[in-house]
Amino acid sequence: MTGGQLADVLEGRVADPGWLADAVDRVARDPDAVATLFPAAGRRCGRGPLPGPDSQPGNAGWTVDDAARVLLLTALPLHGPELAAQVDALYRHGGADEKRAVLRALPLLDLGAAGVEILHDALRTNDTRLVAAAVGPCARQLGDAMWRQAVLKCVFMDIPLTAVADLDRRADGELGRMLADLAAERHAAGRSLPEDAGVLLALIGDLPGRGDPADRQDQRDGKAR
Amino acid sequence: MRIFDPHIHMTSRTTDDYERMAAAGVRALVEPAFWLGQPRTNAGSFTDYFDALIGWEPFRAAQFGIRHHCAIGLNPKEANDPRCREVLGLLPRYLARDGVVAVGELGYDSMTPDEDEVFAAQLALAVAHELPALVHTPHRDKQRGTLRTLDVVKESGIDPAYVVVDHLNEVTVGSVAGSGCWMGFSIYPGTKMSPDRMVALLREYGPERMLVNSAADWGRSDPLLTLATGHAMLAAGFTEDDVDRVLWRNPVDFYGQSGRLDLSGTHEQAADFAGNTLARGGS
Repeated sequence: MTGGQLADVLEGRVADPGWLADAVDRVARDPDAVATLFPAAGRRCGRGPLPGPDSQPGNAGWTVDDAARVLLLTALPLHGPELAAQVDALYRHGGADEKRAVLRALPLLDLGAAGVEILHDALRTNDTRLVAAAVGPCARQLGDAMWRQAVLKCVFMDIPLTAVADLDRRADGELGRMLADLAAERHAAGRSLPEDAGVLLALIGDLPGRGDPADRQDQRDGKAR
Repeated sequence: MRIFDPHIHMTSRTTDDYERMAAAGVRALVEPAFWLGQPRTNAGSFTDYFDALIGWEPFRAAQFGIRHHCAIGLNPKEANDPRCREVLGLLPRYLARDGVVAVGELGYDSMTPDEDEVFAAQLALAVAHELPALVHTPHRDKQRGTLRTLDVVKESGIDPAYVVVDHLNEVTVGSVAGSGCWMGFSIYPGTKMSPDRMVALLREYGPERMLVNSAADWGRSDPLLTLATGHAMLAAGFTEDDVDRVLWRNPVDFYGQSGRLDLSGTHEQAADFAGNTLARGGS
């Protein structure tokens, strides 16, 4: 979601809109104030679900506090390393809800390599809230090898693949190979893939150029593009 | 039935589990260092954890007559966090300790270049310290991960008889069987292996170089599935001696290669811990 969309979708849904307007204003004047305002956003604004635009499945699952926190981050009057340090500290010291909001905000913030580090950290967790957020639009910063691992992790964690942004564009032969191997393992154990993963596997099977050698090289290198 | 669980994470289990395990016949175990669920962010968190594996857990286990040993290593998931890399430099100090019978758990999580580097470095440490290595296979992309694991083991120059490749299943066991490495199976509800499937694999591959563990941890797991596997073997016509070989003699042979396995006095009462006469196992 863009900053403008955020403000629109929050209209009428925030428990204490005066608090949020004031908090955004304070952060814009004093960036260090975000350290205490950011964690408080759930208590002051509410945590209910926001209606997501159906046309953009990667935006599924946003909550009021997610959007309020993202607004606070986009109000920070910082750039470059200073912005990265402030956001990184909020992520490191944040609970799962705060970490998730940072992940949601990543496409709107230019953090450079620090943003990729945060994504990798989220994908190392086994917290479905963080992994689901990390495969959203922010995953555009992930290299293909790590992105495929992230999609497979969603399958393992029963995270619906609707959480994955750009799935139609990025799903490739190597991801298909990984899913097919997993299906074989599950079959040997008398189990099966989740339905959405089975559908994805079938769709990838229809792609031209399945198993492209360049993809396999990228997988071995584990390199971000 | 005497049982040696070659892979179980007691840190994540209660003292009641030690009691139930002792009643079920578990006399010895190896607890490999692993990921605790919450990612660590500095080397100090690891050293406190390693100290618990060498100190507190053996004490807790001893109160139930269970011999506790451990494997020490930097797990692949956290090997990807540059803040944790310092742990590699601290390992030699721990690999010299009594009670440390292997390097582990090593292996792959996402198969990144960082994981390659840390895996190879720790296999070299295993060779240098004359210790076996406990290598797990990844949850994701397991077949490819298993083959790559065997390649790295081969390149390291470690004797394959000093390596167990763990969390195997029907699809991955074949490649490990031909490698000379030991084959580890985690009888873990849902995601890894069941007692009946294990019995089928023992029929197909025989008991040689086979290790059966519960891998019980903070997930939905059961430290008594080693016992359940023993019962399933007997029900399927395996002899008591076959069961003893798989559940006791095999792990003794594998970890015994460290020269540090101490199975004496497994039924003795716990000694005082660091001069503290208060046995805290139940509190």
